[in-house]
Amino acid sequence: MSTTKTRAGKRAQPGRGPAPAEIWKLRLYVAGQTPKSLAALSNLKKICETHLSDRYRIEVIDLVEQPQLSRGDQILAIPTLVRKLPQPVRKIIGDLSDTERVLVGLDLRSAR
Amino acid sequence: MKIKRSNPLPPAILLPRCPTGIQGLDEITGGGLPRGRPTLVCGGAGCGKTLFASEFLVRGATLYGEPGVFVAFEETEAELAANVASLGFNLESLVRKKLLLLEHVHIERSEIHVTGEYDLEGLFVRLDLAIRSIGAKRVVLDTLEALFAGLPNEAILRSELRRLFRWLKDKGVTAVVTAERGDEEFTREGLEEYVSDCVILLDHRVNDQIATRHLRVVKYRGALHGTNEFPFLIGADGLSVLPITSLGLIHKVPTGRISTGIERLDSMLAGHGFFRGSSILLTGTPGTGKTSVAACFAQAAARRGDRVIFFSFEESPSQIIRNMRSIGLDLEPLVVRGLLRFHAARPTLCGLEMHLATMFKEIQEFRPSVVVVDPITSLLSAGTDVETKGMVTRLIDFLKGNQVTSLFTSLTHGGHSLQQSEIAMSSLMDAWLLLQDMEGNGERNRVLYVLKARGMAHSNQVREFLISNRGIDLVDAYIGPNGVLCGSARAAQAAREKAEELNARQEAARRKRELQAKRDTLDRQIVGLRSEYEVGAEELKQIDRQVGTKTRLLGTERTELGRLRHADVSEAVRVLGRNGMKK
Repeated sequence: MSTTKTRAGKRAQPGRGPAPAEIWKLRLYVAGQTPKSLAALSNLKKICETHLSDRYRIEVIDLVEQPQLSRGDQILAIPTLVRKLPQPVRKIIGDLSDTERVLVGLDLRSAR
Repeated sequence: MKIKRSNPLPPAILLPRCPTGIQGLDEITGGGLPRGRPTLVCGGAGCGKTLFASEFLVRGATLYGEPGVFVAFEETEAELAANVASLGFNLESLVRKKLLLLEHVHIERSEIHVTGEYDLEGLFVRLDLAIRSIGAKRVVLDTLEALFAGLPNEAILRSELRRLFRWLKDKGVTAVVTAERGDEEFTREGLEEYVSDCVILLDHRVNDQIATRHLRVVKYRGALHGTNEFPFLIGADGLSVLPITSLGLIHKVPTGRISTGIERLDSMLAGHGFFRGSSILLTGTPGTGKTSVAACFAQAAARRGDRVIFFSFEESPSQIIRNMRSIGLDLEPLVVRGLLRFHAARPTLCGLEMHLATMFKEIQEFRPSVVVVDPITSLLSAGTDVETKGMVTRLIDFLKGNQVTSLFTSLTHGGHSLQQSEIAMSSLMDAWLLLQDMEGNGERNRVLYVLKARGMAHSNQVREFLISNRGIDLVDAYIGPNGVLCGSARAAQAAREKAEELNARQEAARRKRELQAKRDTLDRQIVGLRSEYEVGAEELKQIDRQVGTKTRLLGTERTELGRLRHADVSEAVRVLGRNGMKK
């Protein structure tokens, strides 16, 4: 799926899909080990395995332990997934159970 | 009205309060917002919600030493600081002193994709961090409704908001939550459902092109509160809710008297002028000299060393000074000496409550003992009747509470309804002078009545009111069979009377002279007659004497003759008798 065309114009380099070498940096904000958080993490891993194989890195930030990090990414809802790389930054909230919407949100599949 | 508010409630009933430091609001609410609970402040766009919230935090930090967190959903920290800087709030320095924390929560729906269940724990975490980092006692959420715009799935949001307010209460912070006014409910998103402790409604209405802000405490659980709509304004140093003082009729009244500046008027008012601390209404049609009387009063007070504020809503200070100079009142030196202060503004400049608040401010600052409002009717036109009466009541209460003598001029228009229109106001006034025009003989003349003067035996007479270049004077109007006359008619009448009097005097003198002459004549006649009489009497005596002598002579002669002729005595007697018959 790495060759999937993404929507042009919203990208720093239009028309270009994630390069094979490009590492996706994903950050998942959670607050404690809540069912929603755990679900989000497992859903995220599944999606990444399927669509990004090895080209991703997931960072889980538990705001209960590091509340000061909530400001930087303007976190409001939990869980929030932030795509730090590739640019631009994208935010997806919820437990990521709706795979289609996650893919659209991450620009892995263009919206219908 | 709101008299109860000024009496402190018994401590047992009183919930702990969190003073806002907003002028007047703490009086209405009996001490402030409910401590440790959220308060909802709702209102339409531009009605001052954010300023209300900012002032709550700033005053809390500066006056009560309670740090606060401002969570802004709509403005960034820099924007917020710039916006409230106009009220003299320096947010940055408070932030540096750790008394304030600005937290901008950015929500942009287009950047957010929702992919399932979520909650707002992130917001809680941020709030918690902010509160803990400065030990905040106060929190502002401005405007929470941005969440509804930024996040889909209302069901989640609502349950999260419920949790948020619960959480804020558990934290023990006093929170102010702002919300946009809804069409039928207080807030667009029905936030009042969650914030049940205190709801304050802000309103910005336009009445006859003049906008007035109002504040109403809709709900205050567990406390008595003023339920009226109170006007408020946003001034140079924050919000102030009127009334600044909410008085019952408990003010002390001084018994001292204060001169009106017109000697004859003083004597009409039982000889000493008005009572100190009383409110005086001066009504009159245009051009009857209201401003002149007011200026005269102001000048007299300032000359005695009292501080005077002259609120002018028709003329500029320099115009008043110039015009008053023409009638012999020099106000300028008093202004220079700082005893007389002018405050001039067009009534249409701002709403009624703004005027009154500025007046309150001026009065509190200058601490005058005499206030002149010229004319109060201009202010009345700036609001509706009910509104203005309430306002004037508050102003008078405020002035009386401070024992300030106040004189209000009031412009009435021609016709006989002039006293009608003043009824609402006159009942508030202690003294009421009426200036009137009397038309006739091709001229208008001014007359003055004292319609009422509480607490003194005032004159009920009409006086003619004269303005000359030596000031104001009152003269007795001519009251005669032809009614009240004044002006040239009075002068003419006086002249006529004088002439008549002169005539009468001359006539009397003439008659007196005539009679005198007659008497003199009679006297002379008496003298003539008497001398005639005396002459007669003298003559009579002489005749008597002559007759006696003759008889004696004759007797002697006869006796002699008889003796010579040797006649008898009887012949001699007969002859004598014949002679006597002849006489």
